[in-house]
Amino acid sequence: MNETSGTTTRDYDWWLLAILAAICTLGVIEIYSATHGSSLAGMHLKQLRWLGIGLVVMFIVSRIDYHLILDQAPILYLVGVAALIAVLLVGHTRFGAKRWIPILGEFLQVSELVKLIIIIALARFFAEVSSEELSLRDLIKAGLLVGLPLVLILKQPDLGTALVLVPLLVVGAFLAGLQWQHAAVFSLAGILLVGAVFYPPVSRRILKPYQRERITSFLHPEEDAKGSGYQLLQSKIAVGSGGFWGKGFGNGTQNQLGYIPVRYSDFIMSAWAEEQGFKGVLFALGLYVALLLRLVQNAQRAKDRAGMFLVMGVAAALGFHVLVNVAMVIGAMPVTGIPLPLMSYGGSATLFVFLAIGLVMNVRLRRFVN
Amino acid sequence: MAVASYVIVGMVGLLLLGFWKLQVIDSDKYSQWAERNRVRSIPIIAPRGRMLDRDGRVLVDNRPSFSVLLLRDDPALVEKNLPAISDGLNIPMEDLRDQMSNTRALPKFQPIVIKPEATQADIDYIESHRADIPVLEMLSVSRRRYLPGGFMSHASGYVGEVSEQQIEASNGKLRPGDFGGKTGLERQYNDILMGTDGMRRVIVNSVGKEVDRLPSQEAVPGKEIRLTIDYDLQQVAEQSLGAREGAVVALDPRTGEVLAMVSRPAPDPNDFAVRVSKEEWKRLNDDEQKPLLNRVIQAQLAPGSVFKIVMATAMYETHAVPENMTVFCPGYGTFYGRQFKCWVYWSHKPAHATVDVHRAVNQSCDIFFYTLGMRMGIDIIAKYASGMGLGHKTGIDLPSEEAGLMPSEEWVQRVFHRRWYPGETVSVAVGQGAVTTTPLQLARLIGGIASGGKFMQPHMLKDAQTVSEETFPLKESTVEKITDDMYGVVNAGGTGAGLKLQGIEFSGKSGTAQVIGYAARDRVAKQKKFLDNAWFVGYAPKRDPEIVVSVLVQESGKHGGEASGPVVRDIIKAYYDKKAKKTQGQYTVEYKRYDLGNGSAPAAAIQPQPVLKPEGPTEAAPARASVPQH
Repeated sequence: MNETSGTTTRDYDWWLLAILAAICTLGVIEIYSATHGSSLAGMHLKQLRWLGIGLVVMFIVSRIDYHLILDQAPILYLVGVAALIAVLLVGHTRFGAKRWIPILGEFLQVSELVKLIIIIALARFFAEVSSEELSLRDLIKAGLLVGLPLVLILKQPDLGTALVLVPLLVVGAFLAGLQWQHAAVFSLAGILLVGAVFYPPVSRRILKPYQRERITSFLHPEEDAKGSGYQLLQSKIAVGSGGFWGKGFGNGTQNQLGYIPVRYSDFIMSAWAEEQGFKGVLFALGLYVALLLRLVQNAQRAKDRAGMFLVMGVAAALGFHVLVNVAMVIGAMPVTGIPLPLMSYGGSATLFVFLAIGLVMNVRLRRFVN
Repeated sequence: MAVASYVIVGMVGLLLLGFWKLQVIDSDKYSQWAERNRVRSIPIIAPRGRMLDRDGRVLVDNRPSFSVLLLRDDPALVEKNLPAISDGLNIPMEDLRDQMSNTRALPKFQPIVIKPEATQADIDYIESHRADIPVLEMLSVSRRRYLPGGFMSHASGYVGEVSEQQIEASNGKLRPGDFGGKTGLERQYNDILMGTDGMRRVIVNSVGKEVDRLPSQEAVPGKEIRLTIDYDLQQVAEQSLGAREGAVVALDPRTGEVLAMVSRPAPDPNDFAVRVSKEEWKRLNDDEQKPLLNRVIQAQLAPGSVFKIVMATAMYETHAVPENMTVFCPGYGTFYGRQFKCWVYWSHKPAHATVDVHRAVNQSCDIFFYTLGMRMGIDIIAKYASGMGLGHKTGIDLPSEEAGLMPSEEWVQRVFHRRWYPGETVSVAVGQGAVTTTPLQLARLIGGIASGGKFMQPHMLKDAQTVSEETFPLKESTVEKITDDMYGVVNAGGTGAGLKLQGIEFSGKSGTAQVIGYAARDRVAKQKKFLDNAWFVGYAPKRDPEIVVSVLVQESGKHGGEASGPVVRDIIKAYYDKKAKKTQGQYTVEYKRYDLGNGSAPAAAIQPQPVLKPEGPTEAAPARASVPQH
């Protein structure tokens, strides 16, 4: 039986699309509310355009059999690494970091694309590990596979995006049969590393000044009246003052007066929480839970290990984004610059999510074939 | 895989708990913060460091002042109150609208300055209308205060809103709207003088009333700098030059310390301390007299006869031309087929007749130096002039110093791609032609020669860390002869004979430089703008001087010894008067200190120790002053 002819529009995950559409709608509404009275007015229209482009690329990605994509994993990986090096060499600097290369008159953040490539590469790698338990050798190989682009992204510097690669490795390794001894050792190493970051004598050597400042302001927000501690404080005031019912669309003083930092992007949940209150937060986070659970369900129904790893990789990436971003908004994590998927304004980030969902659809479309 | 689902639900559950705490449990607290309203940031401006003279007297300090801030949190409220603000503070409506639209991109919680200098009436108005115009606030600032009348204004420079280049170069230290040094010492030592602004964070309610305070960041005041300037000598220099266009600089050649620096015309930097209007700025820039130019380091003019010291030094040193060469001066001479005249010709004075080098320096005979130049050649002249600093920046610690120009064969080749015409050497030999110098270069030159070829880098910071010393080796006999010559200019009937000071080995050289050729000047009638520039560079004592003064009076139409000499004389006399009083213990400088913001008028109130007595030289010049001075 011909593979593509065996798939029909009925086979798309319409529930997943509906959830997606709902989240995007919240995002566009809040971007409008956050920017309409300022010099950034009209941003919601640009976001709508990105969503349209996203839908198209999602559809295209879903049509190419994911096995063909996995076959090309090594080449994609090399292209990704080459692109990261290119960014470091000739990239466009904005906000003090080299993350962008110009494509078609827009600036594309290469690391967003690389996240997707790592999901694909890890899926291929773990799918080919046939044994029940993951050997140390394979674990180290997987670690190196993730480590190279991670270091390159750290160099840009973009701590947030680099961190997203870590859960991809962790989730993949668990599903591939990570042994508890290895898990214990690496958890310990991870805890030590995090400890080092928070321990000034060590962090002075490994972090950029602005990164250290964020850590300090997270630990002692009152000491940093102007910088990111102030941002976290303002975000908390916004969220807290929203109360249970919220102040209503366009009525958030923190939002409208510009107290919330980048309220249309990284801190959009803060603006949403102020204007829509706890009920709005419940609704939005409920949609994200539904999205993630739906992804897990799709992973369970995948035809093969490769498909399962792909979908779980996407779920891990999106889940990590939501966790880190929302935790930052309520002041439970330092500022890392990780956007909230589908709600935050941003071309590259939006495209990444749609490409990733395209892969999920791809796996789903082929679940019954052969 | 079921684990994954639990993880997701658990994770989001935790986040929801976080929201629950903020939005339900602590909601009242945060609502009050947001509702009762906003954290307002009011900058605390750090005062700049003061400038003191070498004895610790205040030359530049600060005075307290208020700026009016407009709070823009509530655009509707601002809009409603605009007419009242325009009326009450006397700001045209269009002006207000302009300022509003220029700052549209700033966050709304950031207030803008709508009137940088509030009058007492403004302050009263704001205080009495706090309730009905809640969008106005006052910001306490400290403004630069300079001594009145443009005293030392080119050296001190002035402050203004920092330019975009300065912001770029500051590495995040400067923000738009900050004040920084724009010229002079204010700019040179901006990093030392400028403090770090602080930030007062207060929580205000919806009518702008302060209800609570958050931890604020204190301002760190700038550090004061001690200058090499001597207030007493500076005072004499300012008064002696008067309103004439020109420049004065006094150096201590032993150290390179600048004791006085005046440039005229001088704008009053107090006028720039607030905000310069566009018209005022245009007027200053377009002014033909170029008041913004610091002539001491930026006027590049022909040195005239002062250059003859370089010529004579080269002659003594090289013996390229026999030292006993004599020339007959009938008042004119022909060189390379062109007739050149001696200055006596234009002044209708008797010709110099037979002159040797000593008499030629003493009487500033042009014919002698034309001949000397022709025989010595441009290479030797350029080597000595350039070696002793002409055509090079002195390296003084002021921005925008000019290098002047010392022409040479290499220079015409590089710039004009042609060979050197021997005829050009003749003009250069008397300090005309392409050669140009700044007053500071001439002070360094003459002071260095009299110090036996030791040239100290001129500087204005008393505690300067590095002062470079350049040596141009000169034979003892050369220094002996050239200093004798310069002593003779003042003390042995030379062109500066009217300047003699009892008991002081006052020496020097005059110069009168043409702005255009005399023949051409006579053709275009005697307009003031083509009158000669008068130079005098004098020093004391004869050898290893303690002070050297270079004075330029532009387009005075008088000779160097007449117009500039008395200024040099006044300063050198004041220097020795002060020195004598010091050794007799009669001179003490009160180390004046005062607190900022007490409303007194410190800088302006300092009365100089009286130095200039009306027994001034110009009026009391002896009859011989009318004798050829050149």
